[in-house]
This record gives sequence, C-alpha cells and structure tokens, in this order.
Amino acid sequence: MIGKKDLEHIGWLARIELSEEDKEKYTPKLNSILDYFGEIDKADTEGVEPLYHVLPMSNVFREDIPTGSLSQEEVLSNAPKNQDGFIKAPRMM
Amino acid sequence: MASINELTERIHADSSEEIVAEYLERITKGKLNAFITVSKESALSQAQEIDAKGHDGPLAGIPIAIKDNISTKGIQTTCASKILTGYIPPYDAHVIEKLKNAGAIIIGKTNMDEFAMGSSTETSFYGPTLNPWDMTRVPGGSSGGSAAAVAGGEAPLSLGSDTGGSVRCPASFCGVVGLKPTYGVISRYGLISYANSLEQIGPFASSVRDVATLFDVIAGHDPRDSTSVKRDGNYSSSLENDVNGLKIGIPEEYFGEGIDRNVEKSVRDAINTLEELGATSTEVKMPHTKYALSAYYIIAMSEASSNLARFDGMRYGLRTEDHDWHTTFSHVRAAGFGDEVKRRILLGTYALSAGYLDKYYLKALKIRTLIKQDFERAFKDADVLIAPTMPYPAFKIGEKIDDPISLYLADVETVPINLAGVPSISIPCGSSGSLPIGMQIIGKHFDEAAILRTAYTFEENTDFQGGS
Repeated sequence: MIGKKDLEHIGWLARIELSEEDKEKYTPKLNSILDYFGEIDKADTEGVEPLYHVLPMSNVFREDIPTGSLSQEEVLSNAPKNQDGFIKAPRMM
Repeated sequence: MASINELTERIHADSSEEIVAEYLERITKGKLNAFITVSKESALSQAQEIDAKGHDGPLAGIPIAIKDNISTKGIQTTCASKILTGYIPPYDAHVIEKLKNAGAIIIGKTNMDEFAMGSSTETSFYGPTLNPWDMTRVPGGSSGGSAAAVAGGEAPLSLGSDTGGSVRCPASFCGVVGLKPTYGVISRYGLISYANSLEQIGPFASSVRDVATLFDVIAGHDPRDSTSVKRDGNYSSSLENDVNGLKIGIPEEYFGEGIDRNVEKSVRDAINTLEELGATSTEVKMPHTKYALSAYYIIAMSEASSNLARFDGMRYGLRTEDHDWHTTFSHVRAAGFGDEVKRRILLGTYALSAGYLDKYYLKALKIRTLIKQDFERAFKDADVLIAPTMPYPAFKIGEKIDDPISLYLADVETVPINLAGVPSISIPCGSSGSLPIGMQIIGKHFDEAAILRTAYTFEENTDFQGGS
C-alpha cells in the first residue's frame, strides 16, 4: 500500500510536484493498480531469466564517421529561455 | 475510400494539389477532432512541386497523416501534451525522411492519447477524437486520430505507433487495417519515446495492399536506432490470394472471459472462412497470457518514468516561473503532464525504486520471458495465430476513463504481442450493429509476409471493408 508520505517521496523522485488534492486523488487509484499488479506474484518464475530486449542483439556499434549535426540556432530554437547561445537553466540552490 | 492506385491515377489525370486540397477540406469540415495540427501550406506547396517536376516514388503526391509523437521537421509535434505544445522539431524522424523520398505529402499531425498512454484517445490535452462510425464512441487509442482520419476519409494513409496495441486497437474500433511490425523492423529514430523496448511505428490504411505498400516505404535499417535490424523485404510481393496449407493456431486463452459474444463469433467465423479457402486450424496453449497485462504495464510504466525524465522545460516545451533547479523541474512537470501520464510516471518510479525493483520490474521481465516462450511453442504448430484484436467493439466516450484498471483491461489481447516483439495485423472481420469488429493475425518474428498474405486472402474473399 502506498500512503500519502510514500506518494510524496515518489513525487519527489519523479520531480512531479503533487498538491494535497493530487495526493487525495492519486492514492486510491495508484493502490488499486498496484493491487491488480499483485497478480504476478502467482506466476512461477523460479530459474527464469529476465527479458530486457526481444531480439538477440547486444553491443551494437557503428563506424565512427562524423555526419552533419543541428546548428546552434536550430538547437536553441525550442528552448524557452536562452541567452548568448546558451540554454538558460534555473539556479542550482 | 480511395486506394493508393486510384489516387495515383487521379494525380496523373488531374493533380496532386487537387487531391491534397480535397483531403484538407474534409479535415476542416470534419467533426472528428482527428488532427492536432494541419500542415496546409507546406502540403499544398509540396503537391505543387510534385505536379510541376514529377516524382517517381511509390507514394508520389499521396497525402498522409502522421501521429503527433513522430518528429516532423518544421511541423509542430506535441504528443498531445501541454508540455510539448509549441514544440517544432528541427529534424525529421527516419520514417518521415523515407516518406518524403517516396513522394508522400504530410497533411497533418493526428490526435492521440497523451504520450501514447491510453486506449481511447481521451487523455489528449486537445480533447478526444470521435469514432467515425458513432460519434458518441471512442476511436480506440492511442493512435485514435490516425485510425479515425483513415476511416473518416480525412486521409488515405496514416502512421501510428504501437506500444501495447496502439495501432491495432484503433484499427479495430475504426474498421481499418493497422500493422504492428516485428520489433526492430522500422527505425524509432524521431519517435518520441514512451516505452522503448515495446514500441514500433506502424502503418494504417483502408486495405491490406495499401498497408503493405506503406510498410515497404517506411521499413529498413537505420544506424541511428541501435535496435533497428538489418533486413530488407519487399512486403507487397507477399500479397497472394492463397492460404492453401496455412496452419492457423487458435490461442484459446484469447477467447476467454470478458470477450464480447459478437466479437468471438466474428473471429471464429473468419477462421472458418480461411479454412474453407484451404487453411487448417489447431488449438494452441499460451498459459502465461493471464500475467501479460500486469507485466506489460509494469514494464511500460518503468520505461516511461525514465524516458519522460527529459521533459524538464529547459531544451524544449513548457517552462514555468524559475525557482531553484529541482523545484522548477517539479513545477514544469506538474503543470505540463496530464493525470494519466503522471500516474504512469509515478508508478514506474515506484516500481524501479529501492526495495520494489525485484517485486515488480524484474518479476515482470521474467514473465516477459515466459510469454515469449509461449509464442515460440505456439509457432511450432502454427504459421500464424488468430485472435480478437479487442475484447469488445468501441465503447462510449467517458465510459472507462475514470477507472484506469477497466481501461487497461481493454489491452488484454494486444499487449502480449509487444512483450514478445512479434508482428500482428488487425483487419476488419465483422460488425456489431454499426460498429466494426477487428481480428488480429499474429506472426513469427520477421514473418510479416505470412500475416500480410493471410490478411490479404481474407480481404479478397470477404467484404468487411468500407468507411463511413
């Protein structure tokens, strides 16, 4: 069961601010979904390896050949705040 | 609804500009809310250019609609989210480059569930898309706008993406053809990611032939997507009206509790039709199907919590008033994401957090192995599997949106396919009142040829096609 305190912690990890109203609204729904997910406990997975990727591929490399890239102007074109060719981020502290 | 061949003839006789203008007018007059952005000016100027200079590509001058999570250079791409409203990609997705080389003309970006999270197109920030067969009902999702546009005559072709059924579900609800290819066959470069180990871009059209033609254009290796496979195929050449000797597997677990009686009957009748045409059928067992839905949602939400971390308001998208670093991000994401997206990110974060990783995420990945093995066993006895695409026809707008689990349960027939990475095509196979019913034909990895041939043969020998 997720309580209000747990939800605050998860919200912090996910960087989504949750209002009191959000917490009231989300807690029962998230718990009912987790309750449903509990079904998987019944599956016997003793000795079964996890499957991260469906095709047998790993360490896919390509030749290190330089190709064109976006211009600075293009990269900054969608940044809501930018200055002197930089993306402007909020202060750290 | 016009086919690629018919439109090509008309383009030669009249012009691409006329065809494009006709579709643009239908979009403007339409009431389906199938589009978020209509790229009228660029579409008309591209059509004029093709008319003036000629083009020998397979889709020369043909209009196409693109799901709004596929990057289109210079055309707004929002994922139906407030957080990306106003975002104009500076580059094209691989599939868009391929479409442009083939001469296709992008007429607009279609509505969808926000970040492809939903099965009804109701979680869109831009409001729901309506089902062309009954405007009080959902078109399915998450690629609801792309399917409704084809069914409603607002585009002859479209692209969607399928993470857990998001092409096949709306194809089924809207009575069109939709293909989820084998994982890795189409590059995901430029597809804005939701759950990267599960999703594939897929084509929609009103016939199997047109889906195959579009698939031929967009498939192929791309070094910019490290999961893209080196494999070329001419899929259109597999379209033979012949299922003689084809072995159909019927997974009984897909015909169980909760399946509408009309849906079950239509799909079983369709299998009988294929048997009359020379196929044989056998029951196959897929015992882990009952765990697929939970495993799918745990994996999808976990991947989403990581993939959607990039939306922080710095490089693109919504930016709220600045505070300190972490507070600003938390505010941007609180203001920019809708409820369902927040729920999935929160649950995914929880499933990956210390103390719960083994219980949820790793357990789900082990079940994924068992599901894949179910398919491998089934395909020892069968060339293709046939099952309903959706448990029921299109439901009412508002009917399920407040109850996440009942909405998730709608995906019970489609998610195992994504967990295993196999290809599946949904085609119309009947109706329930005015509403279309779809069946899915599932194939082995990279055996799109078998499912396309089966679908084509069924289509050639029956009459369930048509738009509204």
